[in-house]
Amino acid sequence: MGYPHPSHAKEQPVLSKHFGDAGSRTVEGWVKRGGYEGLKQALGMTRDQVIEMVKASGLRGRGGAGFPTGLKWSFMPKEVTKPHYLVCNADESEPGTFKDREIIRWTPHQLIEGCAIAAHAIGAERIYVYIRGEFTFEYKILTAAVEDAYKNDVLGGNVFGSGRRIDVVVHRGAGAYICGEETAMMNSIEGKRGNPRIKPPFPAQAGLWASPTTINNVETLAAVPHILVRGAEWYKGLCLGSPKSTGTKLFSVCGHVQRPGNYEVVMGTPMRDLIYEMCGGMRPGRALKAVIPGGSSVPIMTVAEVEDCAMDYEGIVAKGSMLGSGGMIVMDDSTDIVYQVMRLARFYAHESCAQCTQCREGTAWTTKILERILAGTGKAEDLALLLDLADNMTGKTICVLSDSCAAPVVSAIKKFRGEFDAYLNRTKRPVMVAV
Amino acid sequence: MTKDLVNVTIDGMTVAVPKGTPIIEAAKQAGILVPHYCYHPSLPSPAVCRMCLVEVEKAPKLVPACVTTVVEGQVVHTDSEQARRARTGVLEFLLINHPLDCPICDQAGECELQDYVFQEGRSGTRYSDYAKRYNPVEDFGPDVLYVANRCILCTRCVRFMEDVAGTPVLNVSERGDRAYIGIDEDQLLDHPWAGNVVDLCPVGSLISKDFLHKARAWDLDKTASVCTGCSQGCNITVDTRDNTVVRLRPRPNLEVNRHFMCDTGRMHYRWMNRGDRIEAPLVQDSGRLVATDWDRALDRLAGLVEKGGDAVLLASGAASLESLGMMHRLLAGTRLTAVVQLPIGESEEPLQGIPNLALRQERAPNGEGARLLGYGTDWRAAVKTASSADLVVLLDVTLTDAEAALVSGAAAVVVLGTVQAQELASAALVLPLTNVVEENGTFVNRDQRVQRYKQARTAPGMSRPAWWVAAGVAPTKVAPTLALAPTPATAAQAFELVCSTIPSLAGLTYADLGLLGRIASGMAPGLAPTHALAQSGPGGS
Repeated sequence: MGYPHPSHAKEQPVLSKHFGDAGSRTVEGWVKRGGYEGLKQALGMTRDQVIEMVKASGLRGRGGAGFPTGLKWSFMPKEVTKPHYLVCNADESEPGTFKDREIIRWTPHQLIEGCAIAAHAIGAERIYVYIRGEFTFEYKILTAAVEDAYKNDVLGGNVFGSGRRIDVVVHRGAGAYICGEETAMMNSIEGKRGNPRIKPPFPAQAGLWASPTTINNVETLAAVPHILVRGAEWYKGLCLGSPKSTGTKLFSVCGHVQRPGNYEVVMGTPMRDLIYEMCGGMRPGRALKAVIPGGSSVPIMTVAEVEDCAMDYEGIVAKGSMLGSGGMIVMDDSTDIVYQVMRLARFYAHESCAQCTQCREGTAWTTKILERILAGTGKAEDLALLLDLADNMTGKTICVLSDSCAAPVVSAIKKFRGEFDAYLNRTKRPVMVAV
Repeated sequence: MTKDLVNVTIDGMTVAVPKGTPIIEAAKQAGILVPHYCYHPSLPSPAVCRMCLVEVEKAPKLVPACVTTVVEGQVVHTDSEQARRARTGVLEFLLINHPLDCPICDQAGECELQDYVFQEGRSGTRYSDYAKRYNPVEDFGPDVLYVANRCILCTRCVRFMEDVAGTPVLNVSERGDRAYIGIDEDQLLDHPWAGNVVDLCPVGSLISKDFLHKARAWDLDKTASVCTGCSQGCNITVDTRDNTVVRLRPRPNLEVNRHFMCDTGRMHYRWMNRGDRIEAPLVQDSGRLVATDWDRALDRLAGLVEKGGDAVLLASGAASLESLGMMHRLLAGTRLTAVVQLPIGESEEPLQGIPNLALRQERAPNGEGARLLGYGTDWRAAVKTASSADLVVLLDVTLTDAEAALVSGAAAVVVLGTVQAQELASAALVLPLTNVVEENGTFVNRDQRVQRYKQARTAPGMSRPAWWVAAGVAPTKVAPTLALAPTPATAAQAFELVCSTIPSLAGLTYADLGLLGRIASGMAPGLAPTHALAQSGPGGS
């Protein structure tokens, strides 16, 4: 993962190659490390050529949805009648995810370059980087890098002498998870409350200020310069599993492993390899119990499911979960699953924007039921109630925060029912629930 | 006008609706109400309450009917098992934090939460032993109280203030189940149209201080009427309890006021309940006003009118078309100066989000009706003329002391009025009138729209509408030309008779007007109001 430990042999450091290397933070340093060649190349290509290249590479959105990036770019209007916008989603709030932070912290120019290429591809002159408010340190690094880029004509009215204008505006968030949702992000950038919008209309038709907009994740954009320089075929070739999942993925591994951190692996790498080899396995005397592979919004996986799971979009789906953001939370047998699920539900209850009835009330109710179960006063009907609430909260709302609260609850009850029952029939002692 | 029509089947019924219509409106045409909270035909649609989720064949998920536009051949089920389960789910979620306030909540009986829960909510709660979230009551301003605990966060109030009133003073504060409606610091809900948020609120969260604990919804009698505040002619509903007017609410009329009325009109109803009424006809007898019966009073009136001469008719701009018309006919045999009193207000207060809707400066409901009948508007000149006239007839007007002094110079003064007044003492004849809620009648608004208002409470004492008084004086006694017309016995007949004398209203009957009124024909097309909120895409109505 680059730093503080060196990359593991089974890693494929593309995005993370310069993690830990403070010299990458300047234009000069980045150019020395081979940077901005991709942008120079892209400026000599047409919009369609860039889009086709990214399409061919198989790059998919790394923020969680996994939507094919080239295809998303192709939704933007061919003719620019209203200003086109690129929004870089640097809100990184999915619990368990901390990869984008590292990209910005160490290689801000990798991101800037990716944004600039994407802006060129979609016909945009202005890029909004929405960075979560809590990333104060990263914000300083990013703005310094942007300033440096302007000084060196990497950004501004005449990018690399091409006559092209590309501007970057860094917009800070203010502490709302929901602003990571693309339509809520656009509302936030417009100065409004970060409430998700109903779709249709889709951002490519009417996004920021009702103008065509594309929103991409930091990791997605950071991959783009490499695709330009090394070719789509190369990126497509980085594939160990399903051919629909290509390139590398940064997995933020946290939890009960010896070496938590960010690990960049080729798509399709076995999950066992990541956990036991790259991360050094469990703590001494402990065994694996459960893994949340892609940020807290995806179903929990059991040891059996982890055993022969290939880490790509299709591989994890085949095991009943989702790749999501790649925020991997590894839990050993000291973990109280019920408590973890309660803590996740509490997060969603805190972050709900309050628009949709099911989410606003359901996340809080789910949390209360779980807290009561932990406190030893749960009722026998509570599990059935939780599942019924989860059903009422899934597929019925403007955005998927509601679904995200339901997913871990449903999967935990399904796969770790015994733990819930232990609290309900009082064979397990109640737990102090911090307020 | 050709429109692109789309055929869609809702609950087995196929309707053809214009392209761009949301399913919820298409369903209305099929006679189906899709339960909803946040949707409102006069507000932009945010689809946040999730009550209107319906099942569309071939769609992967339930869709919100308020923002999903119809597609040719779509088959929609609003009452399928899935849709019903979704609605029951939403209702259950709404009730977990909603306080059990029904016994003390003003909205009870006209509450959309009560209605839908009764229809398809769960019979018992599963939210046991948990505390409901608490937010304190907040006084938002002149008339509106915000009971935060009851709020279901439909955001209709926020959207009304922002998009329709144009002053975004309300917002959603906080997140999750801690959310509530906040008002901007140091701001009050004192916009001239702010009272509408109370009507918009589906539950008893935003309530009127004026109406607080005055009556239960089921105690009220509701009557269709028209506001008398100005020449806009907003359609209203008069709510009476035990024959007392306790509340005025706007009545939907897409051509006039859509779903709104201004606070000035809304709060102006206490005068309708005044007790100091003229109870019986009074005739001047040896220097005193003596109560008498109508026969004698009408005889006395006929005598005064028969004498002829210079007559001045000073009429209120709030008198009905029937009354103004019949009184005018009554005095046709005299040298008549007929003038209508039109108070002018300080300013016009538009509701900016609705085209052609404002509190108008002409603060009388029937100025147009008077003008159509040939009434003049030069009040001061007419009052001066009255000071030396042979006969002055006051039709429900209030005079200043100076004006009363001038008028008393006339040879004979006949006062038709509702309330006792000082200047009546010297009148030859005082006749008790019904006010706007005690009679049937029509007004013509500034757009030439003739609108009916209906009687909402019994007329006190011996009061009668002015048209009845005029009709009661036998036409043969006053002007031979009028003898051919049949004497109207009802307001409807009086209306037809009066309309027959006005070219643009000729031939109209009450049946033609219905309860939404009708524009007088033969007027310039540019004056017809348009409703621009229609067909504006998913966010529009």
